[in-house]
Amino acid sequence: MSAHETEHPVWRRPLLEDEGLEEQAERLRRRHLLLDPRFPWEMNDDVLRPMYRTRPTFWVIFVALGGLVLMGAVTWGAQIYWGLGITGLNRPINWGLYLVNTVYFIGIGHAGTFISAALRVLKVEWRRPISRAAETLTLFGLSTAALAIFIHLGRVWKAYWLLPYPNQRQLWPNWRSPLMWDFMAILTYMTGSVLFIYLGLLPDLAMARDHTRGWRHRLYAILSLGWRGTEKEWAYHKTSLDIFSYIIIPVMFSVHTIVSWDFAMSIQPGWNSTIFGPYFILGALFSGVAAVIIVMAIIRKAMRLQYFLRDEHFNGMAKFLLILSFAWAYFYFNDYIVPWYGGEPVMKVLFDLFHRGWAAPLWFLMLFSNLFLPGIALWSRRVRSSIPVLVVICIFVQIGMYLERYLIIPVMSGRNELPFDWGTYIPRLETLITLASFALVAFLYLLFSRVFPLIPVWEILEGQILQGLKRIGRALIPSRAEPH
Amino acid sequence: MEQPERKWTMVIDLDKCTGCAACVVACHAENNVPIVTAREVARGRGQHWIRIERYWVGEYPDVKARFLPILCQHCGNAPCEPVCPAYASIHSQRENLNVQVYNRCIGTRYCANNCPYKVRFFNHFDPVFAEPLDQQLNPDVTVRSAGVMEKCTFCVQRIRRAEEKALAEGRPLDDGEVVPACVGTCPTSALVFGDLYDPESQVTRLVNHNARKFRLLEHLGTEPAVYYLKGGSSHVST
Repeated sequence: MSAHETEHPVWRRPLLEDEGLEEQAERLRRRHLLLDPRFPWEMNDDVLRPMYRTRPTFWVIFVALGGLVLMGAVTWGAQIYWGLGITGLNRPINWGLYLVNTVYFIGIGHAGTFISAALRVLKVEWRRPISRAAETLTLFGLSTAALAIFIHLGRVWKAYWLLPYPNQRQLWPNWRSPLMWDFMAILTYMTGSVLFIYLGLLPDLAMARDHTRGWRHRLYAILSLGWRGTEKEWAYHKTSLDIFSYIIIPVMFSVHTIVSWDFAMSIQPGWNSTIFGPYFILGALFSGVAAVIIVMAIIRKAMRLQYFLRDEHFNGMAKFLLILSFAWAYFYFNDYIVPWYGGEPVMKVLFDLFHRGWAAPLWFLMLFSNLFLPGIALWSRRVRSSIPVLVVICIFVQIGMYLERYLIIPVMSGRNELPFDWGTYIPRLETLITLASFALVAFLYLLFSRVFPLIPVWEILEGQILQGLKRIGRALIPSRAEPH
Repeated sequence: MEQPERKWTMVIDLDKCTGCAACVVACHAENNVPIVTAREVARGRGQHWIRIERYWVGEYPDVKARFLPILCQHCGNAPCEPVCPAYASIHSQRENLNVQVYNRCIGTRYCANNCPYKVRFFNHFDPVFAEPLDQQLNPDVTVRSAGVMEKCTFCVQRIRRAEEKALAEGRPLDDGEVVPACVGTCPTSALVFGDLYDPESQVTRLVNHNARKFRLLEHLGTEPAVYYLKGGSSHVST
């Protein structure tokens, strides 16, 4: 963050020409990663070194997260043994925290694909150092979401009945069921994201192979598939990444649309909303981008990646978050105003519950965290360049988006057309599994960060080669070469 | 002999219902419906395939209780059926029953969410039948395990038995021969059961040209097979 930007309002800042060319170049280099090239071996070292470092703090976090995951596994075992009765689920409320977790964690996963695929296609240059960290979050968010669906099942040992496998009894899954679509969509998205992250990893795995010994060397040698970095390999790599980016964008949009159809296709009041598809995607991107900012802040500090993750990246992500906050508000307003205008008695009951019922604190906290806090604070450049403040805002966004899903799933299903059958949901042992789910994402991320490079070195090198400075008159302007 | 297509239908006369809940008890006994503990009921997990919903009408002191027996409506266009990924909730085409195949249920609970009448019951635990209830389980009905959804079947075991008996005797099934447990036990005969495709049956006569008839939440388009006859002050001569 240079003095140039914050200390004066825009109309009082010195003109570009007032600086000498030297200072201009220096300022641009400090601000932009792609204009601040280092030698490749330095960069390799910066990325690989934190992977070997396992200090006591690491082991403390490792044991804590591992313990939480173990606790969740034991609770799940108890649930399989005794039945779903150990949760707080009851008759009108059949879907509780487990499905809130599913929707939430799939949502977290959306930002990764968006950043690495959509921003790649749109040639947004600052995405380069973030893409791998975001994709990794996609991978583990999605896995945890898929796991939550299995935890949610009453008879999980029969879950393979969802697969269309040939069998003697000629049973076939029901393709009319949104759950079936959901299952297939998540499976597709998961396969796609694994391949996509792997494709992007290939050159870096080869780099790691050439710089390591022992088991790491053997592992990377297998995973890098004999990558040598020839011209032809790079050409194929670029083509396949481009194709993959275009393919995975519609898959990403379809997944959360289909997740929303689990609700929108039902006749439960509050769920059967036609706007749920785009609304869920927006919400997913919103919570996902906020989660990526939190992860960026953590790995920047813990793995000393200050060189790679700079103010420009946090600023870019925060602007994106601001746009998404307003887009979310637009969809939420739509989803609110139409049923309100429709005036169905049961919708009135639901709105009363949100405005002045027991759910009111949750509802207002959701509006505060999703709209008012980011919507007001993120306009400020000072807020966008302060990482701690940004992290606090992003944590609020996580709370808000979790609450949004909580209000939709267990709170709304507690109200229906027959007042005799209303109910409330008080989570019980599923809170432990929820806690463990969050720990699981962090735990897998932690393990991943020790085995795989979290910063795509080849992408940054590519960007730095393409990016240059052009002198126009007395000003230096960043310019970018376009590869074929 | 091929069995004819049927439309099993129930008519519930709300003028006759006293809310005594004998039907609930009979249903529990007939269908091995688990009797859950008081604590579980307080958690909202009471399991009654038929229940009496009691609504208070009017302002104090002029308050009246209205009773609404609610069981699975065996919808012609059932919201629970298309949402089950495992085909556990399906429509029996010939009898127009909404059946639940316990063995095929994997417990996604989507059907229960999508049921506007909330008549589907999930087994949160394995059922426990305390002494001496374990001595009177009905051998014709499966006891459902934990993790499985269950609901009213219109006593399909009784339908089968009556049909088979008629088949064995080589005669068509008579109206009134199939009596579900709730219908058989109702002291005021508020519940009537029969085949709506049979133009002579009692349910057809009650449903046809009856200004009192209505179906629950009909605006949702579920085509329920349970008809209610309005009671109380809304009484209209038939």
